[in-house]
Amino acid sequence: MSETPPPPEGLLAELTHRCPLSCPYCSNPIALDSPRDEMTTQEWKRIFSEAAELGVLHVHLSGGEPCSRRDLAELVAHCAEVGLYTNLITSGVGLTRDLFDRLVAAGLDHIQLSIQGVDAAQADWIGGYKGGYAKKREVAGWTTSEGLPLTVNAVIHRGNVEDAPRMVDLAVELGARRIEVAHTQYYGWAFKNRARLMPTREQTDRAYAAVEAKREQYRGTVVIDHVAPDYHARFPKACMSGWGRQTMNVAPSGKVLPCHSAEIIPGLVFWSARDKPLAEIWAHSPAFAAFRGFDWMQEPCRSCERKAVDFGGCRCQAMALLGDAKACDPICSKSPHHGLVLEIAAGDSQGPVEGFAPRRYVREPAL
Amino acid sequence: MDMIIADDARPRLPRGVRLREDKVRARWVLLAPERVVKVNPIAVEIIKLCDGSRPLSEIVSGLAERFNADPTRVGADVRALLASLAEKRMAEL
Repeated sequence: MSETPPPPEGLLAELTHRCPLSCPYCSNPIALDSPRDEMTTQEWKRIFSEAAELGVLHVHLSGGEPCSRRDLAELVAHCAEVGLYTNLITSGVGLTRDLFDRLVAAGLDHIQLSIQGVDAAQADWIGGYKGGYAKKREVAGWTTSEGLPLTVNAVIHRGNVEDAPRMVDLAVELGARRIEVAHTQYYGWAFKNRARLMPTREQTDRAYAAVEAKREQYRGTVVIDHVAPDYHARFPKACMSGWGRQTMNVAPSGKVLPCHSAEIIPGLVFWSARDKPLAEIWAHSPAFAAFRGFDWMQEPCRSCERKAVDFGGCRCQAMALLGDAKACDPICSKSPHHGLVLEIAAGDSQGPVEGFAPRRYVREPAL
Repeated sequence: MDMIIADDARPRLPRGVRLREDKVRARWVLLAPERVVKVNPIAVEIIKLCDGSRPLSEIVSGLAERFNADPTRVGADVRALLASLAEKRMAEL
């Protein structure tokens, strides 16, 4: 596509890959950006100014754990100054009362708090951080007392799938306006740990229906955003609402990605926000151009009546499962390889839950 | 399921919900957690009055007068907008 694409509405800023938790389904890449490669305060500020100018409305301050950045309040203040809506995506761990107050004063708009389980034993086991659950409850209390909107983010997998509807109850108890109940998406660390995380189809169906039933119960109280379990779906998700259509990710080192997982696709060339203006990257970066629009599609996507609905699904999933980033996402029941997904889902849901690989920096071997 | 909104309700946008002009796309939007809602020019005028200081009855009569419109119809439009925003937790009544 040669014409300038419509501007993005959202920007996910991975400020750092440092994180005190080690959730086994983390969406960060296996090769985490090193703290010494992180961009400076000034570089991030320039990027946020460029984003606002380009047409970005929401900025999602994420990581890793964004509270690991000492300049977080300064970055929030800058985003507010240039008119961006700021969403802090945090585990709550590392958020002190002092930092919370400084973020509020800086103009923070919204907090999205991850919760790994419905009680301390479950949550702290999954997050790999003792005391994490208690800390999250404390942060939720600060947020609602301040009147800031709170979203609870709950990732569902075999270790907590039976508690999915109770996650919604917990979010209401904590005063959240919104909850994301997200069945694990298998990328990054989750892909590595898939055999420990995959629920059975029966568990998935039960959990999905039980969460849906909560919509009526809590109508007007909490907004439920439900992310469907990929491997048990008939049609793929409209990943990122289409490649290079609405959002961009900036990694800690400045690489600008169409999605958090895009680096697994060989041959894609990513430009860095350290070297080029964001608008130029959005319009002309080879990685963004690669799967924009429909020209790249193969069959059955090319002639599919759903191609403008789900955009062929997810490029990274096609790559990870089939070794071909241009293939129809095999989650789709129209894919000739859909049987593979069913096989994986069935096979991976049988083993023990214990023993997943905790997300962490892999030490480089000594020379 | 219709929501009843009283005449003396003083609607307002909750913290974290902002009406702003989106100059790049030449439109107005409501920004809320993970949501961008396009707002038409009439809704912009309604929402601008929802600052928690005015009762619904005053918002409706003011708009009806300003746009020389039937207050019953204006009232129905304002209530429908607010009910839909309240269900999304984007307005407080």
